[in-house]
Formats: sequence, structure tokens, C-alpha cells
Amino acid sequence: MTDTASTSGLASIPALLARNVRDHGTRPAYREKEFGIWQSWTWAEAAQEIDALAMGLLALGINPGDHVAIIGRNRPAHYWSMVAAQKCGAVPVPLYQDAVAEEMEYVLGHCGARFVICGDQEQVDKVIEVQERMEGVGGEGAHGIEHVIYVDKRGMRKYDHGHLNWIDDVMAEGRAGHARLQGEMDKRTSALGYDDTCVMLYTSGTTGKPKGVVLSNRNVIETARNSSDFDHLSAGEDILAYLPMAWVGDFIFSVGQAYWTGFCVNCPESPDTMMTDLREIGPTYFFAPPRVFENLLTTVMIRMEDSGRLKKRLFDHFMAHARRVGPAILDGKPVSGMDRFRYALGKLFIYGPLKNTLGFSRVRVGYTAGEAIGPEIFDFYRSLGINLKQLYGQTEATVFITQQPDGEVRADTVGVPSPGVELKIAENGEVFYRSPGTFVEYYNNPDSTASTKDPEGWVATGDAGFIEEGTGHLRIIDRAKDVGKMADGRMFAPKYVENKLKFYPNILEAVVFGAGRDRCVAFINIDLTAVGNWAERNNISYASYLELANHPQVLDMIQSHVEEVNVSVAADEMLSGCQIHRFLVLHKELDADDGEMTRTRKVKRGVISDKFADLVDALYAGKTEQYTETEVTYEDGRKGKIRATLQIRDAKVQGETNMGIAAE
Amino acid sequence: MNDMSPPTSPDSYQTPDGRTIGPVVMEMKNITLKFGGVVAIKDISFDIREGEIRAIIGPNGAGKSSMLNVISGFYVPQEGEVWFRGARRPQMKPYQVAEQGIARTFQNIALFDGMSVLDNIMTGRLTMMKSGLLSQALWWGRAEREENEHRAQVEKIIDFLEIQNIRKTPVGRLPYGLKKRVELARALAAEPKLLLLDEPMAGMNVEEKEDMSRFILDVNDEFGTTIALIEHDMGVVMDLSDRVVVMDYGKKIGDGTPDEIRNNQAVIDAYLGVAHD
Repeated sequence: MTDTASTSGLASIPALLARNVRDHGTRPAYREKEFGIWQSWTWAEAAQEIDALAMGLLALGINPGDHVAIIGRNRPAHYWSMVAAQKCGAVPVPLYQDAVAEEMEYVLGHCGARFVICGDQEQVDKVIEVQERMEGVGGEGAHGIEHVIYVDKRGMRKYDHGHLNWIDDVMAEGRAGHARLQGEMDKRTSALGYDDTCVMLYTSGTTGKPKGVVLSNRNVIETARNSSDFDHLSAGEDILAYLPMAWVGDFIFSVGQAYWTGFCVNCPESPDTMMTDLREIGPTYFFAPPRVFENLLTTVMIRMEDSGRLKKRLFDHFMAHARRVGPAILDGKPVSGMDRFRYALGKLFIYGPLKNTLGFSRVRVGYTAGEAIGPEIFDFYRSLGINLKQLYGQTEATVFITQQPDGEVRADTVGVPSPGVELKIAENGEVFYRSPGTFVEYYNNPDSTASTKDPEGWVATGDAGFIEEGTGHLRIIDRAKDVGKMADGRMFAPKYVENKLKFYPNILEAVVFGAGRDRCVAFINIDLTAVGNWAERNNISYASYLELANHPQVLDMIQSHVEEVNVSVAADEMLSGCQIHRFLVLHKELDADDGEMTRTRKVKRGVISDKFADLVDALYAGKTEQYTETEVTYEDGRKGKIRATLQIRDAKVQGETNMGIAAE
Repeated sequence: MNDMSPPTSPDSYQTPDGRTIGPVVMEMKNITLKFGGVVAIKDISFDIREGEIRAIIGPNGAGKSSMLNVISGFYVPQEGEVWFRGARRPQMKPYQVAEQGIARTFQNIALFDGMSVLDNIMTGRLTMMKSGLLSQALWWGRAEREENEHRAQVEKIIDFLEIQNIRKTPVGRLPYGLKKRVELARALAAEPKLLLLDEPMAGMNVEEKEDMSRFILDVNDEFGTTIALIEHDMGVVMDLSDRVVVMDYGKKIGDGTPDEIRNNQAVIDAYLGVAHD
């Protein structure tokens, strides 16, 4: 059963490509907006481009098993590069394009990439910097990089082209050498087996160095098939590829599922035009981390605040109605005729136009994952009639561990095990899984592989959770290693509290401390868009982020949010100890460039508590303000310092009796 | 014609970074410009070579903008001659200057605030539109064809300057730094041979300045456009330009490569002041 794909000859991505050319040859495979117009390539055209590139790579001397690093934003040429590498028997390794040179150096060195395909001059510069740094360390040629290929020609004229090629030139050479190279390419492509490596993806690395996750063709194709079946995806879907190519999700959606079902991948014109492009494409299958949905909702709400009174009342009226009956209608539950009629009216006046503005008119299946999503945010989209669901996954599982089936969608669970996935919960509450998508190994790191995956194939997720009685849905509490104990032995689950805080539009990020302490304290990051707009409406003037962040009225507002969260945390017996006693609003946004977050925007707790140790101490020492200096890294890599005196506030805590008991 | 190129340098040469600087395209000969009794420019001569980035610097009121206006043909000097591509340039109307392949940006942005970015840039191609009024009004035949061609060209510039996301935004809603970039886009839309930039980086923050510097270098590199610019930021000028003219009180006090200018005593005095001892 599990080998149906391989026995029918579809054992690799290039094999799926050949099938798509046969079955869907004239259907669009890729679209990209360039020069203001959507350009499109059919499967047959895309296959020709990929062949030309693959033969060009052969002409440059690519060997089977070579690693080909790909660094750039979502563009058809970059996706083609991945498949072209596979056609040559090489392994594509997409990297995060916003990584700075130091981060890139580790990954390029670790995988020993011989070929690097760069999106533009910026990436080429970084690769050259990496080459120079590595040479500096280990002498001539210490890095394995032999050829750098760039896609966007702009600004590249003056570079030394000894080992640097424009992708079009590589492809032209491939086409010219067609007669000579075709045989070798076909031989290598047909030799690709079901258990050969399909792709290598580096984890973002919340702790320590990134690890190269090796995924086989089996992992990718089986997962793509199972998940496509789960949501009945067809060749008619349209997706917008806008998430980092180095992230496993993008690889599964834009390559795995796209090649398995033959649907079309649309690439935005530039990162800044994503919203416009989303509206123009109107994807039918959409994926976004909670942050994107939060930002969209914030934008909508801000614009509604600025709209006329009639529009605002109409919006509020119908949104209230949608919140009441919308999710039920979406789930096909019984709803009275009158309510249905009012919902239809609302759809005509509000929901329809709003969905259109957001670009969600055609969304059949939408997913969010990566972080917990606020129930209000989740319900907002579902009440509009957008089938937004949650899934739970990780790179090591080729994304899918659990997902929510249609009709069983809730904000507080992450769904039932995906097809083919087995789950078990360890004694300490950690979630383990075993699936056809379970990764092969961490590249060149047998120790980590062994400590993550046991001989029977069970993989530790690192998350603590439990399976709900009755429904079989998985609920995640927190990172297993973050779940700790406070000084008095009560359970400490920081993310649980942080997520509750982050559900407020004014709060962008929160970091809660308390492990091994007698009480919890928090750092807060304000959301500049939301708070800035609020300040504008309330005539509060400010000159900088810092000034706004420590404005007394902003602090009052944040304090009320914190106190509301305390009320809701107190309601949970197990976690009532996690209420926040004191907090401060940070003077800078937590940023991946400063190493405070991962590139996928997960907070690095250890780094933050070291870096801001003075602030943590001040919080626990009961001070009312604290002077601090912080080094920041600008986008171009230069460093600077921010100096600030931060106000520290006390927040009201529920259930003082509990505290008394704990103290005894 | 031999007097066109300075005897000291050959017709064309290579810069250290591998660009080819061609022969002189424009030469100012003993220019004097007066407004009534005020002498804005006093007997200044210098030249601009094909493919170079030529900066004009100087303290406030030195006559830099006036000089740029003389180059663009907006001001007609009382004395002296302007030679362009081997011929003495007569007094011209602005559109004639544009047709010669000279485009400019302004110190205080001069865009149409109510029009979209796209429309603003399209105006840069007006001089190249040949279709008649009727055809344009009906948007039929030649006008339609022509507009598509021009739009294609404009889209290339939008892509080049990375302003895709504001294509349909009215210019009035844009922040200052972006307006400057739109102005550059409009000037580029005219496909100039010689691009005049009047303080392209005034009032920008460091990041915006870096972006703009990159665009200026890229324009010069990709399109081979000759660029004459006025700028206050010395760091920017020294990094960008091949040759620099320094003006003070309407007079030329220095002319040469950035390194020569950096070590020129008259320039140091004008900028840093002279010690009275």
C-alpha cells in the first residue's frame, strides 16, 4: 500500500514532473508577476526550463549527491533550480534568504555545497563574503563552493565571472549542449529511487546550531499524497508561494503537493506586494502562520476605526451576527432560517467584499500552524465563511503530524493525526509520532538523529500535550523543555501565558520568566502598527518606538491586558501560578538579526534572559524603573546601541489565597 | 573640435572598477550667470564625460543649483558657452532639452501629488508619444499601441527601482524618501543620456541614502547613463562620483577625482573654515 507511488514509477519529484507534463501539459504550473503582468508557464514549459537548467548544471560539472544551495525569495526559477538539481541526482538545500552571512556560513559549510544559486546581487554578496571568511579560516579553498549562479542580473556586471554565471547563460549552455547532455541527465533522473534524498532543509534552530533534516522522496511524496487526499486537493487549486523557501511547509505545498496534484504555484512580484498579489490571484488553498492572520485582522480593524459611522455600524452589526452563526454554518450545523437569511445579507454587504479585499474569496482550505492562534482571530476568519483550520507539524515529520478535518475545527486543538501518522504521549507529557514522513536523519549528525528518533522510528516533538478524551484531538500545552517548575513546585508553562498576551492586537511579543522563581514576570513588545494607530486617534504624540513603548498611557493599556490575562490564567487550576506579577515594555522589538528570535520568529528564551539579565533582575528586585543599554544590529549588519530607562509596573494577581498556601 | 577634450586626458579611459568613461559630452566654457546685481556663477568652466558620475558640491549658496539649471538649459548664462555633443547649444525650450536626452530631478520634489506613481512616471515619456490628440482621446489605434509600449518601458523602471508595491498609490500619500525615488523613476522614463540630480539624498535617513546611492550606481552601470549630481553629503559624493567640481561663492575652487578633492586645501578651507591665527 505504502509503495503504490513507487511501483507506479512516481518515485521522485522529476518523475511527478514528467507525469504532469503528460497529464496536465497545457495547464498552468507556475505564475509570477513581473513588470506588472502575471506571466505563466504551463507544466510542459516549466519542464523545458527545468531540463535546460539541469543540463546547464551538468555542463558545469554537477555530480550525483552534490548539495545545491538555493537562496532567494519565492520565484519560479528558484523552484526550477530545486527540481533541476534533483534531475542531476543532486540534493537541493534551500536557505533562508534573510539570514546574515555568519548564519549562512555555518549552513553552507555544514552541507558542503558545491553549487549555490542566488536570487540576486544581495545574496551573491553574502556568498562571496562567506567564501572569503571561510578561506580566511582554513586557507585557500576551505569552502566547497565552486559555482555561484544568480537569477537576477541587475548590478552583477562588474563581478568577476570566473565562477559566477547568470542562470540564463547556464540554461542556454544546457540547451546548446542538449545532444551531449540529455542522455546523462535522463540516466541520472531515472536512477532516482524512492529512498534517495529529495531535499535537505535546515531547521531554524531555537537552540544551538541549525540541523540539516534529510527528507527522502518517500517522505515527501507519501506526505504530499496523504495530505492532498485529506483535503481533496485537485489540479485546479491555486496557491500563493510567499513563505520562505527554506521552510519545510513551503517545500511541501509548493513542490510536494503541487507536483503530486499538479496545481499551480503563484509567486508574488515582490515581498511588499504580497497583499495585492494575494487579492489578484485569489488562492483556493492558503497557508499562513498565525502572525499573518493577526496582521491582516489588525489592518482591517484599523481601517474600520477610520471609516464612516454608517459603515462602521454596518460592519459591527453583521460581524456580531457572523460571530454567532458563521462557524456553525461553515461546519454544516443546524442554523435557523432567519439567521441564515441575515447571514446571507451580511455576506452581500460585508463578508463578501471583505473576503475579496483580503484575497480570500476563493479559499477552500486554509491552514495556520507554527504557533497557537488567538481564538478571536481564528473565529473571525471562520465566521466570514473561510475554512481556516489548524495543523501541527514540524520539519522532521515532513510537516504533517495532526490536522483538523472539515467540520471538527476548534481554536484550542491542533486536530487528529494525519493519515498514516501514529501518536503516543510519553510519561512527562511529551508528544511522540511515527509516520511515513518521518525524516531519514540529521545530515552528518548521527548523535542528534539517535537522540531524536528511536530505532522503532518514534520521534520526539519536544512539545508537551495530551490527546483529548472523546474527540481524539491533540492539544499542545507548551514546548516540553520550557514547561518547568516554579520555586514552590507549581507548573510553569510560559508559552501558554505568552500566547494569551499575544492575542491582544497591541502586544506583538511577550516573554514570561518564572522557572525556579516564586512568581512570574514578563517582557512585553508593543505592536507598533496597532499602538501607533491608537496613539494617533488619541492625540498622543511620540518621537520614537522607545518613547511610545514607555508612554504612561500605553503602559496603562498593557497593564489592563496583563490583568485580564491573569484572570483567565487563574481560571486554570494547573497553571494559576503563571500569573504575571510584574512586567515591563521593552525598548526595542525582539529581532532575529539580534539573535533574540529565530528566522521563523520564535522567541529564544535563553538568549533573551542573558541579554536582558539586568531587566529580569530589576523585575524581581521590585524596582520601579531600570536603566539599560542594548546593542542592536541594523539591517546592513552594522551595530549600534539603544539606551533607555524602562518603567516597571505591578499587575493585579487573582487568588491571593493560593499564594498564601504556596508560601507556607 | 580638438579643443573639446582637455589635452591632459585621452578620449576614453577605464576606471579602477572597470567602467569605461568616454569622451566629453558636455562642456561649460567660462559661464557667468547674474540675477540683476547678484553674480551667481562667475567664470566657471568644466566638462562632463560620457558615462561618468560627476558631482558638483559646495556650501550653501555656492551656486550649485544655478549651475545645474544652466546645464539643463533652464537658465541662460550672460557670458560663456555650453557645448553639448560637439556643438554649441543655442537657447532652448525645456521640451527641446528633454528631446536631446537630458532629464532631471528637483531639490524640492516636483511630482503630481494627486496622480498615481505609475501615471507620474508615464509623464516622463510624454515627449516620446507621437499619436495625435484624437487618437489619444479615443485610445484607439496608434495611441493604444503606443501606450502599451511606453507602459512596458515604465514597468521595467518600476522593477528596477523596486517600487512595485506603490505602483497605484497616489504620490501625495508617499513618504519623502519614496517620492524622491519616484522622481528618479520619472527622469529615467525619459531614457536620458544625461541625468541631472539635484540633491537626490537631501533629507533622507542613512538607509534611504544607501538605497538611493545603490540606485544611482545601478543606473549608471546598467543603462550607461551619464550622471551629474549635486549633493551635500560628502561621504556619499566621495563614494559615488568619478570626478567632483567644488564651488564656493559662485567660483570654482576645485575640480578632480574624490581623492584630489579631499586633499585640496582650498576645498578644506571652504568647508571647514580657515583658522585665524
